Amino acid sequence: MADSVLAPAPVALPTAGGSPPRPLAAFWYAFRENRGAVVALGIVVAIVLLAALADFVAPFPPAEQHREAVRVAPFWAEGGSTRFLLGTDDLGRDILSRVIYGARISLFIGLSVMLISVACGIVLGLIAAFRGGIADTIIMRLMDLITAVPGLVMAILIVAVLGPNLFNTIMAVTIVYLPRYVRLVRASTLGELNKEYVTAARVVGVGTLRLMFVTVLPNCLAPLIVQGALGVSDAILEAAALGFLGLGAQPPTPEWGAMVGDGREFIRSNPWIVTTPGLAILVTVVSINLLGDGLRDALDPKLRRS
Amino acid sequence: MSALLEVTDVRQEYSVKRGFFGKPATVKALNGITFELAAGRTLAIVGESGSGKSTLARLVTMIEEPTAGSIRLNGADIGAVGSERRRSLRGDVQIVFQNPFGSLNPRQTIRDALEEPLKVNTALSASERREAGRAMMARVGLRPEHDTRYPHMFSGGQRQRIAIARALMLRPKVLVLDEPVSALDVSIRAQVLNLLAELQQEFNLAYLFISHDLSVVRHIADEIMVIYLGSAVETGPAKTIFANPQHPYTRALLSATPVAEPGAKKERIILRGELPSPFDPPKGCAFNPRCPLVFDRCRVETPRLMTAEHREVACFAVEPPPA
Repeated sequence: MADSVLAPAPVALPTAGGSPPRPLAAFWYAFRENRGAVVALGIVVAIVLLAALADFVAPFPPAEQHREAVRVAPFWAEGGSTRFLLGTDDLGRDILSRVIYGARISLFIGLSVMLISVACGIVLGLIAAFRGGIADTIIMRLMDLITAVPGLVMAILIVAVLGPNLFNTIMAVTIVYLPRYVRLVRASTLGELNKEYVTAARVVGVGTLRLMFVTVLPNCLAPLIVQGALGVSDAILEAAALGFLGLGAQPPTPEWGAMVGDGREFIRSNPWIVTTPGLAILVTVVSINLLGDGLRDALDPKLRRS
Repeated sequence: MSALLEVTDVRQEYSVKRGFFGKPATVKALNGITFELAAGRTLAIVGESGSGKSTLARLVTMIEEPTAGSIRLNGADIGAVGSERRRSLRGDVQIVFQNPFGSLNPRQTIRDALEEPLKVNTALSASERREAGRAMMARVGLRPEHDTRYPHMFSGGQRQRIAIARALMLRPKVLVLDEPVSALDVSIRAQVLNLLAELQQEFNLAYLFISHDLSVVRHIADEIMVIYLGSAVETGPAKTIFANPQHPYTRALLSATPVAEPGAKKERIILRGELPSPFDPPKGCAFNPRCPLVFDRCRVETPRLMTAEHREVACFAVEPPPA
């Protein structure tokens, strides 16, 4: 997905025929203004590639144990070897391989949480805005209920009820992050509904479904894309927190949060076991956030410098 | 001549909540409006902001349903017919809005905007729709090859042409024009008005022309209805009313219209005060607090439309003395 954002870069300038710049080219021009976002985009692309090509890049399978080499230090430290570049954990598993494979899990969680909650948010938000009245009240009070409980507590509650595994983690985090999408869609839809083009479409005979998804939705997408991009990093963070508590992905799945949790007893004696997956979370989340900020600046014409 | 559109005593009331404890208030946006409109004719609805002009447009185009009264289109009461029939009637009344910057979907190409009415209402094939869209673009004076552009690439006048084209795609019989030229430059205004006049001839359209701009109305209207706070105060042939307005409100409106005639002496009637709040309309004639001819009866009784001087007028001051 990140590649498709990169691709139009060479198509830069408007063509000579006087036709206006294509939206994508214009978007890339605005996006390029923000150096941090461009660097972040590069890092995110690298992480995506690592995750996709983990089978070829990682030196070992993620669950393979080397009994003879337990808690080996990284190669630059005393006692380290180049066989395990970032050392091994308490069960003798190569940390580099686990971090690379972990990118798959984290990105999968982040993206699926984002996609599911954006999809549900669009449907619920549109229904709340279009139907109004009782449907609106029910949906929005339900969302208030979810937001009233702190996110992590809510997620722990859901996982505790459903049982800890990867799928339920995704469910829990999706529910926690659903309200922000529903609110966003509802608010921007209500703003659009007052505009005359919606009335004009009604007069022409456009039905409610088409009005929702074809007429109104495209006009509400820009803030949603930004929120979705930022939501990926929040979901990764939340899932890592659950993993750390032992409520997320279960062993031997190489999930970053779970890796930090498993290694925390060695934080004084063998700090690399905790540090490496922690750094992976940090870099990924910060990059995605910077990318999201860049997207917002590029998509919002009010912030765009001309 | 039988009327294409018959509006009989329509009323529209909105109830507005006033806080949590306050009693909901009722706003009478329209207070019994009656008129007829025949094919090929133009009826101008004239009034200031808040007089109920746009509410009338919303009722006629079936965006809202009236609280009371009936609207008959070609003899069929649009409030009483089933949803299926209503759907087909919808295509017979279309609307052009005032602001061409708000009435076109910014994320929709012109082509999609023009073809959408056909897509949702007819069984035409994609190529037939395309053909019809391009033909209509050419008809309203736009270049058909621009049909893949987005609304923001057009000027105000061009956008209004697009809005007119979209309204005509379903071949309506009645076109409601809700201040179609108020948002346009004076230079563009005449072009759009001429286009509207041509289209009226060509498609035998009935226009319900809503405006506060009497200089435009003078050009285009066959008949005029002046409304004040939801009620008609004077209605009749445009020529008669422009030549000899009877109701004091109409006179004041006409005296406020600039005339391009140097040295023309004119009596300027200046109305004092604002349009009264529709929450709390004045007793008797709605116009009495601002009327220069007001007398006691106006504050007690509400005048009805009476025939006087070849038009209908609702005013005690100009009512013919009982014979």
